[in-house]
Amino acid sequence: MTEADDPEHTDHPDSSQYIVIGIILAVFTAIEVAISFSAVPTEVAIPSLIVLTVLKFLLVILWFMHLRFDSGWYRRLFAFGLAVALAIYAATISLMLYAGSNRPA
Amino acid sequence: MADTASSSAGGTPAAVTTAEASREVHSTSLGLSNEKLAMWTLLGSECLFFGALISAYLVYYGRYNGLPEISPALFDIPFTSVSTFVLLMSSLGMVLALAAIQRGDDRDFRIWILATAMMGTVFLSGQIYEFTVFVNEGMRLDTSPFAASFYVLTGFHGIHVTVGVLMLITLWSRSMTGNLTSEHSDVVENIGLYWHFVDIVWIVIFTAIYLIPYEQARL
Repeated sequence: MTEADDPEHTDHPDSSQYIVIGIILAVFTAIEVAISFSAVPTEVAIPSLIVLTVLKFLLVILWFMHLRFDSGWYRRLFAFGLAVALAIYAATISLMLYAGSNRPA
Repeated sequence: MADTASSSAGGTPAAVTTAEASREVHSTSLGLSNEKLAMWTLLGSECLFFGALISAYLVYYGRYNGLPEISPALFDIPFTSVSTFVLLMSSLGMVLALAAIQRGDDRDFRIWILATAMMGTVFLSGQIYEFTVFVNEGMRLDTSPFAASFYVLTGFHGIHVTVGVLMLITLWSRSMTGNLTSEHSDVVENIGLYWHFVDIVWIVIFTAIYLIPYEQARL
């Protein structure tokens, strides 16, 4: 079986779809910067920035890197690395918060 | 590759289009391209590398060695936003270059791949300028744990961009000498994966290292 025969593999988007994704990415970045300079409360601003970043990340890996269209093996391989990286991140932040709460005054 | 494609698909060489040939791979147990699988494995491991560096930055964020003025308050968000925009658009240039070579349009491929390399170079120039400004403000590698973790993280990202720009220029020069045609679009796709990865790492860095600390510094 080749990638072309793989039922999980479909044709890549055309140039016009790529341009639309590029425009969406640019708009999301502009919104991020606007949030940073606006009077939006921090409790709203930081979650909004994180959501926009996740959306940009997904747009690039799913469309520009073709994970949405290619074999699922690539998706699983990348997701594994990403999951372990996020686990490291979560463990580090937890340790940092724990150490911070136990730091002598 | 066209011969391989025709033999595996059972058709004649003339019946195999360049787009089909570029998607065809050598016979492997998973039916996947070994090179592409290797690239995704590399990118998966790079997630760990940058995940560790971002974690280190967040651990050392706030440790200014008694120099609170050397902090995220120094960041020039409008300037970095422009750099981020340029890098995002370079990803668009990369996919347009790939689409061009897959349809056999060498002229468009050269235009887009050169534009992508130039946008990468503009991003790098911006980073060098930013580092120069920070050093002049007193933020050096040994100033504080915060400064060290910032330079190591963004510096390693810059090295990755530099490697990417060199690979893009190599693709352009190979195309100019006729050594890169639509039959080699898998090479362009793999280098494109690397380039997009550098872009998504910056998407995370821009928010986690620049925007959120800047937002907190406003409090």
